[in-house]
Amino acid sequence: MAPATPSCPASRSKVIELYFLEHRAKVLDLAAFLDRLDRAADDIGHEDFRVAALKQSIALLLDGHGQRAKRVLDHFSDPSETPIESAAGMKGAFGVYPGGKAGVI
Amino acid sequence: MTYIDPHIHMVSRTTDDYQRMAQAGCLAITEPAFWAGFDRSSPKGFYDYFRQLTESEPNRAAQFGIRHFTWLCINPKEAEDPGFAREVMSLIPDFLDRPNVLGVGEIGLNKNSRNELEIFEAHVEFAAQRDQLILVHTPHLEDKRKGTRLIMDAIKRNGRIDPGRVLIDHIEEHTVKMVLDAGFWAGMTLYPDTKCTPQRAADIFEMYGTERIWINSAGDWGVSDPLAVPKCQVELRRRGHTEDLVRRVSLENPQTFLSQSPKFRVNER
Ligand SMILES: [Zn+2]
Repeated sequence: MAPATPSCPASRSKVIELYFLEHRAKVLDLAAFLDRLDRAADDIGHEDFRVAALKQSIALLLDGHGQRAKRVLDHFSDPSETPIESAAGMKGAFGVYPGGKAGVI
Repeated sequence: MTYIDPHIHMVSRTTDDYQRMAQAGCLAITEPAFWAGFDRSSPKGFYDYFRQLTESEPNRAAQFGIRHFTWLCINPKEAEDPGFAREVMSLIPDFLDRPNVLGVGEIGLNKNSRNELEIFEAHVEFAAQRDQLILVHTPHLEDKRKGTRLIMDAIKRNGRIDPGRVLIDHIEEHTVKMVLDAGFWAGMTLYPDTKCTPQRAADIFEMYGTERIWINSAGDWGVSDPLAVPKCQVELRRRGHTEDLVRRVSLENPQTFLSQSPKFRVNER
């Protein structure tokens, strides 16, 4: 699928030349991370919600639609709309919304 | 090429970072008040922090020809106790007229709680009453999209804030459009692991244009890179963007937004 007006000044072959090896390495990192999880002792008993969401997000990369980065971020996001009651004792974030949409893309 | 890093926490960086930034072409930085990686035990801790931001950092930056500006507030990570937060806010008026203070920031939300929102709204009102520019921190990771919406709604509810005088920072692919569509300025933070890479920032310029948008490093006490802005300049050139575009996003856009404060000035090299 070729864009009507390309917004990236580099051609497709240039983009591949510039970025392929970097992203080849990132896929290998992801593969090795999943292998590492398989090799680690299971102290959870079920799939961690972050890992589940990560695997689901991989399907988004291959569904043939654009806006992949946005849709992956949306998939990881808290879907609620009202403030939580209290943030006492909470500072950081998980990277993936812990409640809700497990199993649904 | 010269640049401005409009969001970096130099109190957490060493003097040789200033030196390397100057060598890379940095003309000016702006430093929002933020969390120090631990909670201060009393409002007095903030009084000293505000002195550091308005007295000692400008001098440290000046040694390398870099102009230092700052923004004051109580950050959202320490705003869960409204009584404490309001005590810190009461210190700000004494510092607001200092020559390097550009406005109120970085205010915003962290976990999107009721108390954080209450203190965010109090800062927005404080800025409205004093006609101050606003720099907004949006939450990280899974909390960002919801928090960005709550923040924009709260600013609109106030009714007295021109969105062209507010920069909403740490935008990513899922929040950039809503921020720009509402008339706000948008900031992209080049921060390893939790925010944007130089490559994705370049992609966002290609997808959403270069109007009302800037890049910054948000370099701080965490794993971060005070040279992230010049690295993004390199990334843009590498894929064939013009020098005009590189200059616009890394120098002219921050200059345009920040010059809405009469105190902001850079000496062009
Ligand atoms: Zn910051």
